[in-house]
Amino acid sequence: MTGEPYFRKLLVYFLLIALALSFFAPVAMMLLGSFKPDDEVLLQGGGLLSALPADFSWFNYQDVFARVPFLRYLFNSALIGACIVAGGLLVNSMAGYAFARLRWSGRERLLVVVVALMIIPLEAIAVPLFYQVTLLGWRDTYWVQIIPFVANAFAIYLFYSFFLDLPKELEEAACIDGAGPWRIFFSIVAPNAKPVFATVAVLTFLTQWGAFLWPLMVTHSEAVRPLPLGIAMFYSLPPLQWGDIFAFGVMMVMPVLLIFVLFQRWFVQGVATTGIKG
Amino acid sequence: MIATGEQENKRNKRLAWLFVLPALLGLLLFVLIPFLLAVMLSFTNLRLGSPLPLEFVGFNQYRRIFADEAFMAALRNNALFALIVVPLQTALALLLALLVNQPLRGMTVFRSLFFMPVVFPLSLVAVVWILVFAPGPQGLLNHVLDTLSLGGWRPRDFLHDPAWALPAISLTSIWQGVGFQMVILLAALQGIPRELYDAARVDGADRWQQFVFITLPQLRNAMIFVVLVTTILAFRLFDQVQIMTQGGPNHATTTVMYEAVNTAFGSQQVARAAAMTVVFFLVVLLITLLQRAVARHKGVYE
Repeated sequence: MTGEPYFRKLLVYFLLIALALSFFAPVAMMLLGSFKPDDEVLLQGGGLLSALPADFSWFNYQDVFARVPFLRYLFNSALIGACIVAGGLLVNSMAGYAFARLRWSGRERLLVVVVALMIIPLEAIAVPLFYQVTLLGWRDTYWVQIIPFVANAFAIYLFYSFFLDLPKELEEAACIDGAGPWRIFFSIVAPNAKPVFATVAVLTFLTQWGAFLWPLMVTHSEAVRPLPLGIAMFYSLPPLQWGDIFAFGVMMVMPVLLIFVLFQRWFVQGVATTGIKG
Repeated sequence: MIATGEQENKRNKRLAWLFVLPALLGLLLFVLIPFLLAVMLSFTNLRLGSPLPLEFVGFNQYRRIFADEAFMAALRNNALFALIVVPLQTALALLLALLVNQPLRGMTVFRSLFFMPVVFPLSLVAVVWILVFAPGPQGLLNHVLDTLSLGGWRPRDFLHDPAWALPAISLTSIWQGVGFQMVILLAALQGIPRELYDAARVDGADRWQQFVFITLPQLRNAMIFVVLVTTILAFRLFDQVQIMTQGGPNHATTTVMYEAVNTAFGSQQVARAAAMTVVFFLVVLLITLLQRAVARHKGVYE
């Protein structure tokens, strides 16, 4: 009787470890390569993947700072991401609340419009949007990477459906006490809606952190470009030095991996919610 | 719409508008208007810097792009990419979800590991995977395949081989995205009531039967969602192509978005690029409607 579950356990672990190794291989290549001199990265490639670098050195890291304004890219990415997340949480949660709870004319019809807008991806509107921001003279700024992405139909929808399910008693009590919609929303509803705020924050952050197409279209100076463009530019910057590129990559994912480890529960919950609500 | 005499009510209505206004304004200016603009522009001859006057040209841009070899290759590549990625990624995500859902030690570690690439920006993933696909026997993938086949593998230059470039990009995309789908399926797995399995066991169903008759049907909605999202993402493919292959070799990896961006910026043909993005939107719309229909259709019988 004990033979079968034991064998199953072994099989599960074997599969998991095999998959984990193949998943981790590119990351290990990047991590180890970032400490190797260039000729070693290329010559050894996968061959000596598991071997530690012969001469462990921080040279590649120093080189990154010498060749490109890495901290500038990092700052730009962080600033743009933070503004979109913060602005988005405020604006979309308020809209979601108004759709779920407040009474105003045009509510039902506009809700249909918002749901319909959910299926328009950035790619479908990128060309005219580019034309539009060019006319506004917004190109090559932070604004152009922030403002268009603050209002988000999917975020509104997530907030809307969360607030819809929230028990009404608290709000009603506050209403009797004479609190207006502002007070009710900011001091009663929002503090009780942490999970949905966390979910939207994580999803917004994940999309914006990797943004590539839009910044590529609308920016051209390093002063405002984010990390994803930085790595692509660095890759095309001669001479091609893989050790440097890996060092750039490691530094690029470190902050976000740290955030991921700290807020893992929210990441997982946020992603799972997309499946339920989508 | 119905004017109420009460002042309080009016004030609250105005307040409600203040709640929605910022978001609605944003959506109007940066989603709805550009979208309508895309549709309108696609029926014109707009080309930045062109001396020709702006005029209405009907379906000419559409006729032209459907006669354009590169654009047709792009559509084919997107479809092919979806055909490779959607089944493989969904199956792998399901396998991973089933594995990490086992009540064994260390599963959170594995779950984090498989999810980790999701927080990697695609542009970084693309650059790193260029070296995974490095040509010659020392390239990571070439080396692994050589070892696994006990020396029978002939090293390839994956990204410059017309037959291998698109599958290579597909593999990169699966690696980055599968963790996302895994988490969605895992949540769905954990939502299946235990009683169903208990009842099945009482009826003498073995593990395989439980999987086919309980797990799979219970995962139906999550699976439909995962398939839909992956298919739409497949048509949005751009970053990896731009960085890894620039659409080559010989249009083997060009995509609708890659063509649209190059048409708009390379040759400034805004109207033509707009037509391409409208086609892209129609494909996305079609996939969404199809998914809704499938989800509803099966729902009737349940």
